[in-house]
Amino acid sequence: MSGYFILAILTLAFVVTFQIAKASEYVSVLKGEEKSFRQNNRVNAFLFILFLVLGLIGAWWCNEMYFKKTLMAQPAASDHGEKVDFMLWITFAVTGVVFLITQVLLFWFSFKYQYTEKRKAFYFPHNNKLELIWTVVPAIFLTVLVGLGMFYWFKITGDAPKDSQLVEITGKQFNWLVRYPGKDNVFGRKNYRLTDASNGNALGVDWEDGASHDDIEATEVHLVVGKPVQLVIGAQDVIHDVGLVHFRMKMDAVPGIPTTIWFTPKYTTTQMKEITGNKDFVYEISCDQLCGSGHYSMRGVIVVETQEEFDAWMASKKPQYVTVKEAAAPATADSTASSKPLAQLN
Amino acid sequence: MSSETITHGHAAVQTVAHAHDEHGHDHHHEESFLTKYIFSTDHKMIGKQFLITGMIWAIIGGLFSVLFRLQLGYPEMSFPILEDLFGKWAAGGRITNEFYYALVTMHGTILVFFVLTAGLSGTFANILIPLQIGARDMASGFLNMLSYWFFFLASVVMFASLFLQTGPASGGWTVYPPLSALGQANEGSKLGMDFWLISMALFIVSSLLGGLNYISTILNLRTKGMSMTRMPLTMWAIFFTAVLGVLSFPVLLSGAVLLLFDRNLGTSFYLSEIVVKGEILPNEGGSAILFQHLFWFLGHPEVYIILLPAMGMVSEILSVNSRKPIFGYLAMVGSLFAICILAFLVWAHHMFVTGLNPFLGAFFVLLTLLIAVPSAIKVFNWITTIWRGNIRFTPGMLFAIGFVSLFISGGLTGIFLGNSTLDIHLHDTYFVVAHFHIVMGVASFFGMFAGVYHWFPKMYGRYLNNTMANIHFWVTFVGAYLIFWPMHYQGLAGLPRRYTDFSNWQSFNQFSDMNRFISTVAMVVFAVQLLFVFNFFYSIFKGRKVKTQNPWGANTLEWTTPINPGHGNWPGDIPEVHRWAYDYGKDGREFIPQTEPVGENESAH
Repeated sequence: MSGYFILAILTLAFVVTFQIAKASEYVSVLKGEEKSFRQNNRVNAFLFILFLVLGLIGAWWCNEMYFKKTLMAQPAASDHGEKVDFMLWITFAVTGVVFLITQVLLFWFSFKYQYTEKRKAFYFPHNNKLELIWTVVPAIFLTVLVGLGMFYWFKITGDAPKDSQLVEITGKQFNWLVRYPGKDNVFGRKNYRLTDASNGNALGVDWEDGASHDDIEATEVHLVVGKPVQLVIGAQDVIHDVGLVHFRMKMDAVPGIPTTIWFTPKYTTTQMKEITGNKDFVYEISCDQLCGSGHYSMRGVIVVETQEEFDAWMASKKPQYVTVKEAAAPATADSTASSKPLAQLN
Repeated sequence: MSSETITHGHAAVQTVAHAHDEHGHDHHHEESFLTKYIFSTDHKMIGKQFLITGMIWAIIGGLFSVLFRLQLGYPEMSFPILEDLFGKWAAGGRITNEFYYALVTMHGTILVFFVLTAGLSGTFANILIPLQIGARDMASGFLNMLSYWFFFLASVVMFASLFLQTGPASGGWTVYPPLSALGQANEGSKLGMDFWLISMALFIVSSLLGGLNYISTILNLRTKGMSMTRMPLTMWAIFFTAVLGVLSFPVLLSGAVLLLFDRNLGTSFYLSEIVVKGEILPNEGGSAILFQHLFWFLGHPEVYIILLPAMGMVSEILSVNSRKPIFGYLAMVGSLFAICILAFLVWAHHMFVTGLNPFLGAFFVLLTLLIAVPSAIKVFNWITTIWRGNIRFTPGMLFAIGFVSLFISGGLTGIFLGNSTLDIHLHDTYFVVAHFHIVMGVASFFGMFAGVYHWFPKMYGRYLNNTMANIHFWVTFVGAYLIFWPMHYQGLAGLPRRYTDFSNWQSFNQFSDMNRFISTVAMVVFAVQLLFVFNFFYSIFKGRKVKTQNPWGANTLEWTTPINPGHGNWPGDIPEVHRWAYDYGKDGREFIPQTEPVGENESAH
């Protein structure tokens, strides 16, 4: 009912606006076109300068309200994130200055050079010197930004340190599957045709590969503070994206094409609770690539902790291979890595 | 009055070798309703067809955004009226997830392609090219008519897809496979996706027919004296737009056709090693990333296809209403050219986080940020154009100034996103939403509005109502900033796009008040667009009549035609051109039309 009521009010507002607009047209005809043109011009010129002033105040006010709710107000939780934040601030400084200068000039000129009978427009078709200035100066600033950006880009996307913790993360509609390589630090081979979630093989691991036997599977990611981690990212059905806002990292998860990122977490979850003053703080993995109707709920959790806590957690986990074999209890336990994995296909 | 002068035209000896010359002079053949309004080959009528179809789409696309903003702004409220209207899609008066994603996808598709490509460049290329270069019509009126009717067919197919049981496409306007390839993965990837692809294929045909026509008309049918460097900037902009479209749309077509094959014929262009909902698919060896390359090879030029005509019209309107020449005409042409070239070389900046080789990414960063240079030149030239002018705030001028402001705001955030280091953090967040809505969405709309207000007198021989125009401009301008400025803060908090609901997230749930505010403003701005549409149709029939041939005191050729030009545009000979289009305020004269020969004592510029 309220919907129809709102519609009725809207229609009424429309009719009123229209009548006023029509009436003002008649009035302007009566007043004379010249006079009403000048009045219209003055009003709009004034509104432009008003817009500039109120706009700048509004921008400041918006910043007061919302800056503290952004990630800019808290430190990045990874070394790469710090580089991103630094770069962000530099870009803000450069673009902020340009923004202010150009917008102020635009609205100030609009106001100042509004029509008067006294002034003749200045015939000024071109000036090579000016053109040169505003070609070269932006080019210089952009070169600096590109240079700096590339410097960090290659650091961030460069090879992960040798001692990185490996974690595999696989996206599927609509959750994340996590795998650790176990003591040998090598992931067991996968073959997507072996995927069988009901029999404990949601990832399609090839149990024929001995390297898979100590692999640990989990539902959340645990990381050690201060230790570099390399994420090996994949997807089963459609493209997902591992979004790690607090670490300022992001990488698509593409079916058929594994991707990787690496970073070093700087603060444990507990430390971040103190830093942000939010006792419910948790590192979240958000899916950042539209992946279907549950996209908005595709959430994962990362726990950053000390080495001891991590070791204790890891010790509580049983390799998936063992879990699967125990479930299939009386099965033969001797079929280790003797046959070729592809043989299973046929 | 034009019928009296017609006979005179016949007596004149035809010296100019224009295929359509004769048509211009005779109005002997009676035009039926069908040939005049429906299957018209008159570029002006075709332009109006594009515009009005575009407006209908804009209302639909805009309404969709209001609907999904309802969900974002008022996630806990239910609106029974929605269930009355949309049935299962809004069960319980709430927008379901499937509906939300269908709305978002259709909003993007409709506004990017049907409104801002067809409705904007289709409209003004058609209306302005022959009028501003001095031609009777397009090089091929028939192909031009086909261009509209292919667009119409594309529209019919897309519109029909809204009524499918499984809904229209809902994998985002970029339709990335595998999501868009697998019906099992998404309701919208069932029949709706096939409709989407077929509609886009038809749309691309329309766009190519139009584009080839625009290029050949501009290159071949310019009147005597209209050298390329005497053309108004609108013509240059539309020319580059058409080149961009002709070279990049076929690539999208190939991408779409391969996707149709993957969907229906069992091929594996984009599919590899997929397990969907427990089902193991046989496809191996395809690359999901391949589609993104094909898509963005069009997709990025596409944003310039949208933006360049707006830039051209804004240049023209700023100059006319400042009563000053456009500053740096050649630099303006050069920067359009630079943008046109660079537009082809930056597509992968949409793909920095897809696993793209970082070394390759570096080149795309460099080329992307390079675009900021011609963009900066344009902005400074626009500002210098109004400097020491004598500005008349016609509605067209208001929107042109608004365009420059929005282009600056949205362009600067592009410097963030084009830099891959920052893109890692900001990619697919609301920062991106804010960026492209301001710079290519709202700014292009402003260019379009500026064009409609400025050339409405030429199109219909009447003015739009000025008071409604002022309300339209100010509410839209203020509203655009109120909607999209705060979104940057959401982006800097890392809020991902395309989330229907943030309440389950610890990191993203702090903006419910802002979302409510944005949604409310969006509804007001939408209502004001309806006011504009009303003003448009009302003024066609009842608007104040134009009494002089050249109401804005402009130099370009379209204002030398009769107030209501017939098919063929000029009742007599096509006028000859003697100068560039921007002699405003020269030698103490307010304006000197292009048709006036250069005087002996005239100063050179």
